Amino acid sequence: MSKIYILWLRQLKRYLRSRSRIVGALAQPMLYLAALGYGFGSVFQQAGQGSYLLFLTPGVVGMTIIFTSMFSGMEVIWDRQFGFLKETLVAPMPRFNVMLGRTLGGATVATLQALIVLVASLLFGFRPGNWLMLIAVVPCMFLLSLLFTALGTAVASALSDMQGFQMIMNFLVMPLFFFSGAIYPLAGLPPALAVVVSVNPLTYGVDALRGLLLGASHYGFLVDLGVMLGATLLCLWFGSRMFQRIEA
Amino acid sequence: MIAVQNLCRRYGEVVAVDDISFAVPAGEIFAFLGPNGAGKSTTIKILTTLLRPTAGTVRVNGHDVVTEPDKVRRSFGIVFQDPSLDSELTAWENMEIHGVLYDVPRKQRRERIERLLTLVELWDRKDSRVLTFSGGMRRRLEIARGLLHHPKIIFLDEPTLGLDPQTRNQMWNYLRELNRAEGTTVFFSTHYMDEAERIAARIAIIDHGRIVALGTASELKQQTGGASLEDAFLALTGKHIREETAGGADMMRAFMRGQMKR
Repeated sequence: MSKIYILWLRQLKRYLRSRSRIVGALAQPMLYLAALGYGFGSVFQQAGQGSYLLFLTPGVVGMTIIFTSMFSGMEVIWDRQFGFLKETLVAPMPRFNVMLGRTLGGATVATLQALIVLVASLLFGFRPGNWLMLIAVVPCMFLLSLLFTALGTAVASALSDMQGFQMIMNFLVMPLFFFSGAIYPLAGLPPALAVVVSVNPLTYGVDALRGLLLGASHYGFLVDLGVMLGATLLCLWFGSRMFQRIEA
Repeated sequence: MIAVQNLCRRYGEVVAVDDISFAVPAGEIFAFLGPNGAGKSTTIKILTTLLRPTAGTVRVNGHDVVTEPDKVRRSFGIVFQDPSLDSELTAWENMEIHGVLYDVPRKQRRERIERLLTLVELWDRKDSRVLTFSGGMRRRLEIARGLLHHPKIIFLDEPTLGLDPQTRNQMWNYLRELNRAEGTTVFFSTHYMDEAERIAARIAIIDHGRIVALGTASELKQQTGGASLEDAFLALTGKHIREETAGGADMMRAFMRGQMKR
C-alpha cells in the first residue's frame, strides 16, 4: 500500500513542481471557452439551445481531462527515456501495483487540472445549475481521469520512444475529443457521426458532467456512469497487461 | 544463488548473448569482464527480469526469472549502467522512494539515507533537485541508492564507470563489508581488469556474447600461461580490452558488429 502511495505521490510532486505545465495546460481550455464559448454563443442561442457557454464548459472540462490524463499516462515514455522506469520495473512489487500507483497519480493530477479549469470557467460566466453538484462532480472527473490515464499508460507501454507521442495525440486523442459531443449537442447528428460518438467513452464522460453541472444529460446519468465504469475497468486491465510486458 | 543454463538472447537477427551457462554460489563476489557490447548488460537485464531470454533457463535465488519474476525481484538490488533517477525530484526523495519500494523500515531508511549520502558526499545537497546535479554527482547518487536496501544479491552494471577513484574505493569497501556481514552475493560487470582481479573471487570473461573463460584470476592466468590478467584476456579473446567509455545500449554496438561481419 505504501509503495502504491509513494508512486502516486511522485506523480503529484512532479506536477506541482512544474508550474509551466499547470499554466500551459490552462491555456487551451481558456482559448476554447473564450473563442468558441463566446463566438458561437449567438448562433446557439438563435437555434433555441440556450447558452453555449453553459453547454460548452463541461465539454472543456472533459477536454482538459482527456488531454491531461493521456499526457500523464504517457509519461511512461519519458520515464523510459530518462531511465526512472527501470527503477520501478525491478522493484519488489507486482508490476500491476506499479501501474496502479502511476495511474492513480496521473488521474489525481488530471482531476486537479480539471478543477482549476472549472473554477476558471466561472470567470467566463459559467454557473452550475446546482452548486452542491460541484461535490459530486469531483469523483466523476476522477473516474474519467482514471479511464484515460490507464489508456495512456497502455498506449505508451507499447511505444519505445517519443516519436510515437505526436502520432497518438493526432490519431487518438484529437479524434476522441472532437467525436465526443464536448463541443456540440448529441441530438440530431448525422447517423454515421452518431455511431462514432456513441462508442467513444469521452462522450459519456462529458454527458455525465453535463448531467451533474446543468441537470441535462443525453443518455441519463446512470447509463453514463455504467459506461464509464466499464470502460475504466477495461482500460485498467488493458493498461496493466501492456505495462507488464514492458522490456527495458 | 544464480544459475544460468544455455542462455540466449537475440535482438532480431543479432545474437547478443550466445548460449552461456554459469553459476554463482551464495555469498560470492563474481565479475563479468569483457569489452563493451560483449553481452554483459543484456545478461544482467535478463537476470534482473528487465528482458526475457530467447532461450535457456535462469534462476535467481531459486526462482525462475520468466515464470516467477515477482519472487526474483524480491531477491536482488541493482545499480544500472544508464541513469535511472527522477531528475525532477531531490536526492533525498529519490532515496526515499527507493527505500519505500524496497521495504526498508522507516527508521532504518532515515539512518541509511544519511549514512550513504554522506558516504558519497551528497548529504549537503540532499534537498536539491537531481536536475541541478553534475554527471558525477548523479552517478554517486545512483550508487548510494543501489546500496540503500540490503538484498540477497546485488547486481552492479559497470558501477565504477564515470566514478571518481575516491567514491570507487568507498563503494567497494561498503560492498565488501555488506558481503562479509550479511553474506550478500555481489555480481558486477566491468571492463577494468584490475577491478575484476582485486574485487572478485571469480571472473567470467565474456566476449561476443559467449563466456570464453571462467575462474579465479590466478586460474585464468595459469590456464593461459600469462603473467597478468591482461595477458590472459589477450590470449583468450585475441585482443586488448577496449578502453572506450560505455554509454548507450549494448544492443546498438552488437548490431553494428553484426552489420560489419556481413
